[in-house]
Amino acid sequence: MATLADRVLGRTPLRRHLTLALLGLVVVVVVLESTGQFRNAQFAAMAYYGIAAGGLTILIGLNGQISLGHGAFMAIGAYTAALLLRGDEPFALPLVLLAAAGVALAAGALVGVAAARLHGPYLAGATLALAVAVPGIPVYFGEALGGEQGLTVRVPRIPDWFADAVFFVTGQDMSSSRYLAYVGWLCLIVTFVLLANLARSRVGRTWRAVRDHEVAAELAGIDLGRARVLAFVVSATCAGLAGGLLALSARIAAPSGFTLTLSLLLLSAIVLGGLGSLTGALIGAALLTFLPQLVTGWGQDLGLSDVRAAELAPLIYGLVTVLVVLFAPAGIAGGVLAARRRRAAHHGSPSARTDSEARP
Amino acid sequence: MSGVTVTFGGLVALSDVSLSVAPHQVLGVIGPNGAGKTTLFNVACGFVAPDAGELRWRGEVLADLRPHRLAGLGIARSLQDLGLFDRMTVLDNVLVGAGRHVRTGFWPALLALPRHHRDERALTDRALAVLDELHIADVAGRYAASLPYPVRKRVALARALVGEPDLLLLDEPAGGLADDEMAEIGELIRGLTARTSVMLVEHHMDLVMSVCDDIVVLDFGRVIARGGPDHVREHPAVLAAYLGEDVA
Repeated sequence: MATLADRVLGRTPLRRHLTLALLGLVVVVVVLESTGQFRNAQFAAMAYYGIAAGGLTILIGLNGQISLGHGAFMAIGAYTAALLLRGDEPFALPLVLLAAAGVALAAGALVGVAAARLHGPYLAGATLALAVAVPGIPVYFGEALGGEQGLTVRVPRIPDWFADAVFFVTGQDMSSSRYLAYVGWLCLIVTFVLLANLARSRVGRTWRAVRDHEVAAELAGIDLGRARVLAFVVSATCAGLAGGLLALSARIAAPSGFTLTLSLLLLSAIVLGGLGSLTGALIGAALLTFLPQLVTGWGQDLGLSDVRAAELAPLIYGLVTVLVVLFAPAGIAGGVLAARRRRAAHHGSPSARTDSEARP
Repeated sequence: MSGVTVTFGGLVALSDVSLSVAPHQVLGVIGPNGAGKTTLFNVACGFVAPDAGELRWRGEVLADLRPHRLAGLGIARSLQDLGLFDRMTVLDNVLVGAGRHVRTGFWPALLALPRHHRDERALTDRALAVLDELHIADVAGRYAASLPYPVRKRVALARALVGEPDLLLLDEPAGGLADDEMAEIGELIRGLTARTSVMLVEHHMDLVMSVCDDIVVLDFGRVIARGGPDHVREHPAVLAAYLGEDVA
């Protein structure tokens, strides 16, 4: 089993992750080209939820720091992107997204230094305060940041070479929502490859050591503060990039888009998917994106009124959460893994080294 | 270390304690409960800063010693509660201990450059060699939490040894072990002197007497005796401290 995976995916972590990324890219092209505008927009949303959840699962699952405030970093990324796209001569999109991630990185470093000194409920409280406070900033600086109404975001023109390249491969013209979905998923794939590299590397090992036993980690030569700040910064950077993509997809950056609910939904998404697992983050993002609409559809099929049917979604989401916590405490990805391992043990195959933690 | 004094509030935990470990020597620190053994270890590791006195390492004064710098100085310490990383594999546990030999940083790791991969390979070889030496290479892929206690002890030892320390501080290496396992640990410790000095804190007198070259006896934060096992065994102050007799 493991040797087959080795042969197909390559033996070194980099080659493995790049192969998976390439496979992912093919799937993305096929899925985005075969679905309509509405689905494209949903996939764009799944991409930015996935990126933010991926960063958060690294922070919580690998380093044991909890953050209830990642919505705040998404807001920072979103406003950065919105501001950079305002002028008559807007910046190039890659530059805008890099800036969104970069500003969130700086903010993450600032918060991370404080967070590294806090533990458990105190850290949760501090990041919670961040999630509540940051959406207040644009309201206070209404002149520059648009107040409650927020800033509208102009979607940049689709670059000709990109449209041509996609047309060459698929023979279809590019709509702007499809373009944004492509941008989102390209970002997701790049982010996940980098996160998977980190998780499998010495850096990820250092983070897990700090999570499991502080004193022993310190005696092994790990500077606890540095390790924590680094994890926080990496995670905040992901959230910033996700925020930039959110602003593009929603075509607006407004305080109402970054309520506490967003931060908590992200947290619940990675718990559902499986803490510390990038696959889990992706599953969580998919649930976050598609479950509400799916459940509303079922409700309507059952003859409920539209309003009633829409109320069904939070209920089902809550029920799924309860069921996952009860029956698969390691999340959906963790549960599947455990089941597969049980079956492997049942068949008496040699115990392969469990290296599936945090891989895309 | 020389003239080390530590007070907690009004309580004197260590008072003017001086001791030294010679290369390739096993130094035992013993004493009744509350004598200050653990505090002594914590001073040596930088967890507790002494109020007076100084620490020297290879002739240089260690000012402002911090625990995470210890490994880089070539000093490793095992913990009483082992402190294994339970949700990591045995191999990963040991790899963390090998941090001193790491040559590449964050960016090669982020981009998974061949440089990082080569570095990891070298570390893994090193870690597997140590596991093999301690006869626990077969559990390299298992999670640390799933192992029986004596094996966990060896994992902790492997993690301390993989950094190739010049001084190994062992906090109760025989704690919780059965007699035959204790004899094995004793042999193991003796075997280590070829490459490192050892300083250990231990309650089991048999073990201390059999493995230590030199013994320091603490009582109420003071050194009351020091010397070879035979000397210490007969020392009246030691007998008094352990048996509670008055020394006339």
